[in-house]
Amino acid sequence: MTTAADLSVRDLSWAPARGGTPLLHPTSFDVKAGRVMGVVGPNGAGKTTLLRLLYRFHKPRTGSVSVGGDDIWHLSARDVARRVAAVLQEHPSDFALTVAEIVALGRTPHRRGFGGAAGARDRDIIHAALARLELHHLGDRHLGTLSGGERQRVMVARALAQEPRVLILDEPTNHLDIRHQLEVLELIRTLPLTIVTSLHDLNLAAGVCDDVLLLEAGTCIGFGPPRDVLTEAALSGVFGVEARREHLAPSNTDHLTFHLANKGHHR
Amino acid sequence: MTADVGTPVRMRRRGGTVAFALCGLIVLLASLSVAISVGAVGVPTNTVWGVFLNRLSPGLVEQTWSQGREAIVWDIRFPRALLAMMVGAGLALVGASLQAVTRNPLADPHLLGISSGGAFGAILALLHTGLFLGLLTVPLLAFAGALGATAIVLAVSRFADATSADRLVLAGVAVSFIVMAAANVLIFLGDPRATHTVVFWMLGGLGLAQWDQLIYPLAILCLCGAWLVSRSAALNAMTVGDETASTLGIPVARFRLIVFVVGALITGVMVAFSGIIGFVGLMVPHVVRMMVGGDYRRVLPASALVGAILLLWADIAARTVMAPEDMPIGIVTGLVGGVGFIWLLGRRRQA
Repeated sequence: MTTAADLSVRDLSWAPARGGTPLLHPTSFDVKAGRVMGVVGPNGAGKTTLLRLLYRFHKPRTGSVSVGGDDIWHLSARDVARRVAAVLQEHPSDFALTVAEIVALGRTPHRRGFGGAAGARDRDIIHAALARLELHHLGDRHLGTLSGGERQRVMVARALAQEPRVLILDEPTNHLDIRHQLEVLELIRTLPLTIVTSLHDLNLAAGVCDDVLLLEAGTCIGFGPPRDVLTEAALSGVFGVEARREHLAPSNTDHLTFHLANKGHHR
Repeated sequence: MTADVGTPVRMRRRGGTVAFALCGLIVLLASLSVAISVGAVGVPTNTVWGVFLNRLSPGLVEQTWSQGREAIVWDIRFPRALLAMMVGAGLALVGASLQAVTRNPLADPHLLGISSGGAFGAILALLHTGLFLGLLTVPLLAFAGALGATAIVLAVSRFADATSADRLVLAGVAVSFIVMAAANVLIFLGDPRATHTVVFWMLGGLGLAQWDQLIYPLAILCLCGAWLVSRSAALNAMTVGDETASTLGIPVARFRLIVFVVGALITGVMVAFSGIIGFVGLMVPHVVRMMVGGDYRRVLPASALVGAILLLWADIAARTVMAPEDMPIGIVTGLVGGVGFIWLLGRRRQA
């Protein structure tokens, strides 16, 4: 597996059309190689927009995204695909591809030649990715026959087969039961890559991320370690709820709780 | 452990692919043999291959058949059967490719109106403009018509925000109706003496196949088919989703557009030589996926093979059901394909 790379974002903004309402206002941040950054915020705050700019799906209106010092729009799509991989929420249509074939797609940007024939090295990498996600026994199964958690693991294995230096995940814990959520987060913590992930669950984000970026209506409200950014005041304002940081005694961890602002005052 | 689990699986699949290819080729040759021997005048199989071998290398086999038989086999039935194979292979390739880039299991050159556009262009050339570009007039105008219809379908689907599978097909069917109405106006305005031929051709027929014209569909099939097969990894990626394909380094919008243009080229040329033959592009890829799986490196060649076999048998049926009358082959594929389409809808409901 290749090494992690620094991710550097400068004055990045985006709007759907020229003169349209910006969905992301100029934002800057740095993620050092190997760190995990979470993107949090309410629905429609611009989390997906920011991620799409990072994996070169949207072209920035202003600013730049650099991976390991190279602006991704100065590189070809193929070169970027060798540095940045993404695990998205797209549901593959059932075209009878097997798990091993989906994972093999990760080798696409590395292949040359007629039809993208696989070499021995490609096969080793595919096997390693399947093994890492404990998918070997499912290699011949069709994606459509798998559970949500297994599918998510297939998509992560596919991204790892890409040998990226930066991995971007869009709500990787969505629709997963608690065990699979914890497994995905555990994986995120252990991968030696620079990781950017959007997360709905603020407690999960606080637990897994080195840094979080809090978005509200396309504007960055805060960036830094979770304790500094996910404050009671900031979360209460952004989400329109009453947020409290409580301390759980047996596990000795902080935990955020949320209540609707008007209903929480009965005590 | 890891290699031990993975390797036999891969070997088994590779062995299966080779076996499938061999079986397919044998069935194809057998079907070709039947297609040439069956008809208003029955010709024994050994005569069929005798004629063939003697054409390859004169005097190889002792000629035990009449000149009339020779003419039937070589001048009429061989080109017809070869055209059937090319049209079947071409339409199946187009269907498989369009299904990948639209992620739509119902994508098909006929349902998306591409065939109708090709027919419009071909009718324009046959009845109105005359062959101002020589023999290539009909295929070129058919290609232009197919491309035009494709552009309209894509514009309508964008206008109607038809990103979902079913709505794209609805847009295609709607455009198909409009284009066919326009094509019928061309027939209505055309020379009445020629309309019978044109209508008959439009229903799908391979009866006009001639040796000296086969080079055009063959060239298009080989060039476009090779290009599509060379892009099978990208087609695989497209089935997962636009954004994921884009993160794999594929220029999604441009790639889809090129596949549509290539699809229009194949469809237009096939329509020009055989009329509208529906449902081959829809059904064949689905049947093929059940046999060889979903990897486009296998789906594309297998679709071409199965499409060729299917159309040979459709042509055999068309020639024998009402013998000695030559039923339009579009009726056979429409009947078989329509029933298959209903089956596909049921399967999708279960999924």
